[in-house]
Amino acid sequence: MNRLLLKFPKTLLEYSFKRSFSSTNIKFNKDSALVGYQFCLEPIEYESHTLRKHDNYRRQNLYEFGMYVAACMPKFVQKVQMQHTDELEILVAPEGMFPVLSFMNLHQHACFNQCSSATAIDVPSREYRFEVVYNILSLRFGERARVKTYTDEVTPLRSAYELWKVCNWQEREIYDMFGIIFTHHPDLRRILTDYGFKGHPLRKDFPLIGYTEVRYDDGLKKLVYEPVEFAQEMRSYQLESPWNYLKNFHEEYNAPPAAKKEKE
Amino acid sequence: MASIFNVLLRKSANLGQTTALIKNLPAVYNVNSQRNAHRWMPDAEYVKQFEGAVMYPDEVTSLLKHLPYNSIISPTEKQVRNMVLNFGPQHPAAHGVLRLVLELDGETVRAADPHIGLLHRGTEKLIEYKTYTQALPYFDRLDYVSMMCNEQCYSLAVEKLLNIDIPMRAKYIRTLFAEITRLLNHIMAVATHALDVGALTPLFWLFEEREKMMEFYERVSGARMHAAYIRPGGVALDMPIGLMDDIYEFATKFSERLDEVEDVLTTNRIWVQRTRDIGVVTAQDALNYGFSGVMLRGSGIKWDLRKAQPYDAYEFVDFDVPIGTYGDCYDRYLCRVEEMRQSLRIIDQCLNKMPPGEVKTDDAKLTPPSREEMKTSMEALIHHFKLFTQGYQVPPGSTYTAVEAPKGEFGIYLVSDGGSKPYRCKIKAPGFAHLAALEKIGKNSMLADIVAIIGTLDVVFGEIDR
Repeated sequence: MNRLLLKFPKTLLEYSFKRSFSSTNIKFNKDSALVGYQFCLEPIEYESHTLRKHDNYRRQNLYEFGMYVAACMPKFVQKVQMQHTDELEILVAPEGMFPVLSFMNLHQHACFNQCSSATAIDVPSREYRFEVVYNILSLRFGERARVKTYTDEVTPLRSAYELWKVCNWQEREIYDMFGIIFTHHPDLRRILTDYGFKGHPLRKDFPLIGYTEVRYDDGLKKLVYEPVEFAQEMRSYQLESPWNYLKNFHEEYNAPPAAKKEKE
Repeated sequence: MASIFNVLLRKSANLGQTTALIKNLPAVYNVNSQRNAHRWMPDAEYVKQFEGAVMYPDEVTSLLKHLPYNSIISPTEKQVRNMVLNFGPQHPAAHGVLRLVLELDGETVRAADPHIGLLHRGTEKLIEYKTYTQALPYFDRLDYVSMMCNEQCYSLAVEKLLNIDIPMRAKYIRTLFAEITRLLNHIMAVATHALDVGALTPLFWLFEEREKMMEFYERVSGARMHAAYIRPGGVALDMPIGLMDDIYEFATKFSERLDEVEDVLTTNRIWVQRTRDIGVVTAQDALNYGFSGVMLRGSGIKWDLRKAQPYDAYEFVDFDVPIGTYGDCYDRYLCRVEEMRQSLRIIDQCLNKMPPGEVKTDDAKLTPPSREEMKTSMEALIHHFKLFTQGYQVPPGSTYTAVEAPKGEFGIYLVSDGGSKPYRCKIKAPGFAHLAALEKIGKNSMLADIVAIIGTLDVVFGEIDR
């Protein structure tokens, strides 16, 4: 046993006893032999004080894990991508959401035992307008990942409540804010909005000022709900400078233009 | 016969002392039952109505309860329901606007259903309509007892999307103020928790200290609470001269205040009885219910984002992370106190290591120029105008950035479409998950313990309801 330990390089020993495991001693840079290999990300390196430094080793590791997930569940995983923020995104077909999430939760190479947040994004121009996102965290490996899927107003998704109890309220919030329906959910009620509220406020077509306003009527001695009235119409400023046209989630950037109606 | 009796009486009038009898003579006289008047006899017509069955159940008599023939009354089954108690939203121990629907069996809570959303302001929706600069002050208003940690999380998220790094001095200032914020928050948490279970004194002692730290906030940013000090690209201003000395002065004395509070609470019989073995959370449950921060560490899981995924200057400072053993309210209280001591350590190191230099990233397209520069340089004026009217464009992409806020993992899922407004900004508040677990922790505990549990959850409705 002792002999074995002595044979270990000293740096590796130090590394294995290091308490914070996020910063690694292992170098992975442009000179590495792996660069150019098809599953190898291009290492990001530059000399700059104002630009963020990237941990290329960790980045590559995370990406390889994503490829591993895709290889394990080829039927469900549609794409694995790294954001420029060094975060792993696994894009999944809606019917494969629950199997992939349970893989991420239960598999010994994943151990994503916490669901940090579950949320959705509304992109009205898409056919499936909602992007449902689970940000999950593996305490064992100290990594985060993001599992994404898509749905529309009527297609239900399977709840992840059985994997993480915290999804109970998070999915209630998604239901409340976007109107996405979850099956296998124990208690799908509204959560943040008023009792008897109508509509789903975080949809892009819901106006910022809403539809109703509430006030206490002193004459009637009760709360009254009235349609909202503003003297001035809601103003939306065009803040974009004319030479900026990189826009995500909008038509003709990375989304195909919506099918135009034929003129009659 | 009667006449003879009357005569006898008349004769006896003079006899002896029977005056009482004589006085009541008319009564005696009328005792005679012979009236010789008309006597009514039931006729056939009258009797006819009583023919046949006289008593039979009709709509009234059928409802009458009769005693059983053997006079033995057996207990009947009754429909009973547990009492449903509405706790809050105006209850002082509800920490704001928590409406808790409790199902009580005697004094035992059988089910707890928190109703939240009474402070819902639609922050996430509002942020979608504001530029990145304008969205920052909303984060002070989320968790309004740990303001700067929220700002820090947002700033880190925006910086990640912009792919920029900030100067070292800004990192240290952020760390310094994040730890002051941690003190602020834990003071509030411990003091109000103690107040909820009946100890009033720590509140007065600790809020005095809180006031001092708010003054540091005021000196560095101009606002006592809603500082808007930590901004994407660094911090708003450099610290004024002398502030670090005063923070040092405060930090050296604060541990004595903590000792005093610990003298009052830690071995106090009432405090221990009210918190030990109350609200026990196992490590498994803590993970499954998405706990973070002290709630997770109190259950014995060593997980701190400052250690695991260090941000800002946390990788350059030395500190320990306390963890609990049993996962009850008492352990979490001890963790909070120990974290305050560790925060003092970090503050001390930040003050000693504080590097000189810039406090904002050197990019005029992202950070506004200083006031003086704006007044003297035309280009700076243009930049100032453009930044505050139009904002800056953030490259498309998405990030989930989390910091170890005093309450736990405060995260922001920020999606940019390439414009100067966030496309979506989801705020992950630690208190949201903690409160969601109340129906698990609070089940089968006593009503008074619910108050202790809410205290230990350290809920603030600004962040839960958003």
